[in-house]
Amino acid sequence: MASLKELKGRINSVKSTQKITKAKQMVAAAKLRKAQAAAESARPYAARLAEVMGSLASKITVSENSPKLLAGTGSDKVHLLVVANSDKGLCGAFNSNIVKAARVKARELEAQGKTVLFYLVGRKGRAALRREFPKQIAHMFDTTDVRDPGFNEAERIADELVAMYEAGKFDVAHLFYSKFRSALLQEPTDQQIIPVPAPKAVVSGDAVTEYEPEEEEILAALLPRYLRTQIFGALLENAASEQGASMTAMDNATRNAGDLIQKLTIQYNRSRQAAITTELIEIIAGAEAL
Amino acid sequence: MALHFELVTPAKLVRSESVHMVVVPGTEGEFGVLEGHAPFMSTVADGAIKVYKTESGMPEEIRITGGFAEVGEKGLTVLAEHVEG
Repeated sequence: MASLKELKGRINSVKSTQKITKAKQMVAAAKLRKAQAAAESARPYAARLAEVMGSLASKITVSENSPKLLAGTGSDKVHLLVVANSDKGLCGAFNSNIVKAARVKARELEAQGKTVLFYLVGRKGRAALRREFPKQIAHMFDTTDVRDPGFNEAERIADELVAMYEAGKFDVAHLFYSKFRSALLQEPTDQQIIPVPAPKAVVSGDAVTEYEPEEEEILAALLPRYLRTQIFGALLENAASEQGASMTAMDNATRNAGDLIQKLTIQYNRSRQAAITTELIEIIAGAEAL
Repeated sequence: MALHFELVTPAKLVRSESVHMVVVPGTEGEFGVLEGHAPFMSTVADGAIKVYKTESGMPEEIRITGGFAEVGEKGLTVLAEHVEG
């Protein structure tokens, strides 16, 4: 049985762990609100852009002359999996869920005889994927030097992806991130981003819209922007999900620490009492012997 | 006579207000939008859009990059990737 001193030490160490998890939980709760607000305020732009893309899509037909970003390269041999993770841990299974979804997809594609490459965003997914697919990491995008990945990062990622795409490094790109449903539920999501899935055609009013320049040219200009917006949206969802997952995980951890402290305290009190009892018996026995 | 003008960036809705006229530097030339403009879409060159709150007042300039303008029944919507000031 552990000595009194040892027990006391353990209780104290669990207590300080609890303090950390509690603090992290509160930080996550505060950040979650901010991340949700950011996701909220990004919606108008995304919605408008989708609308515009929709009304453009209803005007033109996808042909060989369409921009490559929309029509594809004509083959689908090389798949690029863009995996967006967080930079920080302490958020439960958040990162491993995304990595797991990407891994399943990679295996599936490989079974179909396709080549799979990875483009990693964020620090946390690197180790796991690098271990399994050591030669297939095309690039790792670093977000550790910015506090919250924002539109500038999305822009840089999208530009790099487009450059790689135009250089013929891959044919199809999938984006993996975690969709924010609620603080308790985050869904790892797989979304095809390149070629851009043809937007749903929207029939807008009867008024004839003038285009300047031509529809095709506008579409070509808008496609990269659409891609950026998609990535930006994914980064925001991911940020909100991370905080949500972190909050839930830390809540659990705090509760577990509480349980452990209780158990250890009971054990501590029992041993203390046992020690006192033995001491008393010794004294009494000693007194009687006199 | 008022035109509903919205300026939206990925980060937020920058403007949503009623104005008299907005002059937008389209890639194929500047164009002014008043109320009742025909439906119209154009890409926007990097530069300043001029917002005339009233008919006689001085315009307010907003510098944008990566823009796209859409005129519809609801008014003018400018989507911009970056907005300064």
